[in-house]
Amino acid sequence: MTVTGQRDRAREAVGLLVLVALLVPVPFLLDDFRQQLAAKYLCFAFPAVGLVLLWGYGGILSLGQGLYFGMGSYFMAMFLKLEAAAQTNTGSALSQFYGSNLPDFMVWNSVESLPWWWRPFHSLTFAIATILVIPPLFAFLLAYANFRKRVGGVYFSIITLSLAAIASIVIIGQQGYTGGVNGITDFKTFLGVDILSNSVKRVLYFVTLGVLLASVLAGRALLTSRTGKILVAIRDREDRVRFSGYNPATFKAFVFAVAALLASLGGALFALQEGLASPSLVGIVPSIEMVIYAAVGGRLSLVGTVYGTLLVFTAKTFFSENFPEVWLYLLGALFILVVMFLPTGLAGLVERLRWRPRARPVNASAAGPALARPARAEIDAPVEVRGGRPA
Amino acid sequence: MILSVEDLTVSFDGFCAVDGLALSVEEDELRCVIGPNGAGKTTLLDMICGKTKPTQGSIRFKEYELTDMIEYEVTRVGVGRKFQTPSTYEDLTVLENLEISYPKKRGVVGSLFFRRDAALREKIDEVARRIYLGDQLHVKAGGLSHGQKQWLEIGMLLMQDPELLLLDEPVAGMSPREREQTAEMLNGISTGRCTIVIEHDMAFVRMIAHKVTVMHQGKVLVEGPMDDVQSDPRVIEVYLGD
Repeated sequence: MTVTGQRDRAREAVGLLVLVALLVPVPFLLDDFRQQLAAKYLCFAFPAVGLVLLWGYGGILSLGQGLYFGMGSYFMAMFLKLEAAAQTNTGSALSQFYGSNLPDFMVWNSVESLPWWWRPFHSLTFAIATILVIPPLFAFLLAYANFRKRVGGVYFSIITLSLAAIASIVIIGQQGYTGGVNGITDFKTFLGVDILSNSVKRVLYFVTLGVLLASVLAGRALLTSRTGKILVAIRDREDRVRFSGYNPATFKAFVFAVAALLASLGGALFALQEGLASPSLVGIVPSIEMVIYAAVGGRLSLVGTVYGTLLVFTAKTFFSENFPEVWLYLLGALFILVVMFLPTGLAGLVERLRWRPRARPVNASAAGPALARPARAEIDAPVEVRGGRPA
Repeated sequence: MILSVEDLTVSFDGFCAVDGLALSVEEDELRCVIGPNGAGKTTLLDMICGKTKPTQGSIRFKEYELTDMIEYEVTRVGVGRKFQTPSTYEDLTVLENLEISYPKKRGVVGSLFFRRDAALREKIDEVARRIYLGDQLHVKAGGLSHGQKQWLEIGMLLMQDPELLLLDEPVAGMSPREREQTAEMLNGISTGRCTIVIEHDMAFVRMIAHKVTVMHQGKVLVEGPMDDVQSDPRVIEVYLGD
């Protein structure tokens, strides 16, 4: 059930190819509205893939990935908004008045000059650098500080959750600088290219798909490396890992940073395509939904989790279009079913259907009776949030 | 003298688990520590390897003062610990368990780009042979029998190649045949390093020990060769008696 076995690797490869075969034709088969929806779903697969690494393999449950998704989307939105402000008629009229191009929401909130921390976002290079550096850096420092003091398990989950909540409250409260509850929206161009046109949206769809696939492959490379093995070791027996000479805090902080980077990438691509950065994508609810995508897809399968995200979103769209009164209940029922009957998610289901009959004891000549045990009983139990250290 | 413990004391909520203990172990020595339950044997190992902080006292190992160091630092200067209940990484294979115990590239970046070379593979094969798991390299540790897990954990220590090896009841739960095999294994691997073994099984201690330390109520009761210790009236009273 880990990505490390050869059989699992083959299964992941097949899953990935099928995924590509399903997603590449999307823009050619579906209308523009549906294509845009698909692009949006793909953006949310990024934090879910990060959660597979973080939660499935690192044993660290973050309930605050929305924070990093939000960072990515806001950094991108700030760049886009400044570009939009420079182009609109109102923008230029206002700029004559104020002496600089201010985003519209700042004008409405009587902010008279661009705050200093907005200014560097005129540069795309700077925006991209912040998207790639700030979220993982912040995540690393936060996680290292906690894990070094051996704060972990549920306590760490609660910290991540509260940070996401705080971030969304701050964004809403600082309306003049952040767009408040409306978020930052109404972008027109990206480096002068009209991002609202369908052909550009199609290109962006493929860019998103490409970056997502690259992320899945990078995640797999991480898991097959020595670092990946150490992560699994830490997840299952952190105390023992110290006596193998490793500092678990660094490894846990590292995987947390990787998950934050993936979430940030998803957020940036989301802002670019959906034209929106919003506090409603930062707080507790979206953060927990991201965990659900990972759980539905299978928290031990990088590819499975992409399917999980797509499935949850498709179900959400389908239920809300067809059963507008009860769709939330139907969605809730789907989650409960998955959690109760598919602890390893869709990927676990696929494994059970396809591979169980061929599984046989590993090495019959060699051993103790314990060997006859099926080799995959291991994941059902240990990954859940574990309690902190006893005092 | 490679390890020198002086005036080592630890108390938990007023209960003195180890009380002013002194112990020194020479290079190349295999020392057995015996004593009744609650004598403080495991706590002693816990303090040497950094798991428990002593209330007072010092533990000198080579040029290091271990009481100032945290677990992974103690491991990195050459102390290996085997726990009482077998502690292997159950979701990893025997090979992976041995590989991550290899004492190189213990940082995140180093381990991310770490590649197993032929020399390492050879070392893994050699260790696996010594712990009788040569044909089980691709079995997950969770699928091994209890005795095999004990051996795997010893193998993980051998990969670390520690100068000081701490073994807490290495034959607990093993069959008589496995005990003999383990004794043979320990006699083979304890040369060239210093080893401390905690054990209850007297027959096993007799097979491996150079010198025996008997602990009682957190203190050293008697220390000496097995025969002397076994006939000591104080030892008979607290431990071997009736």
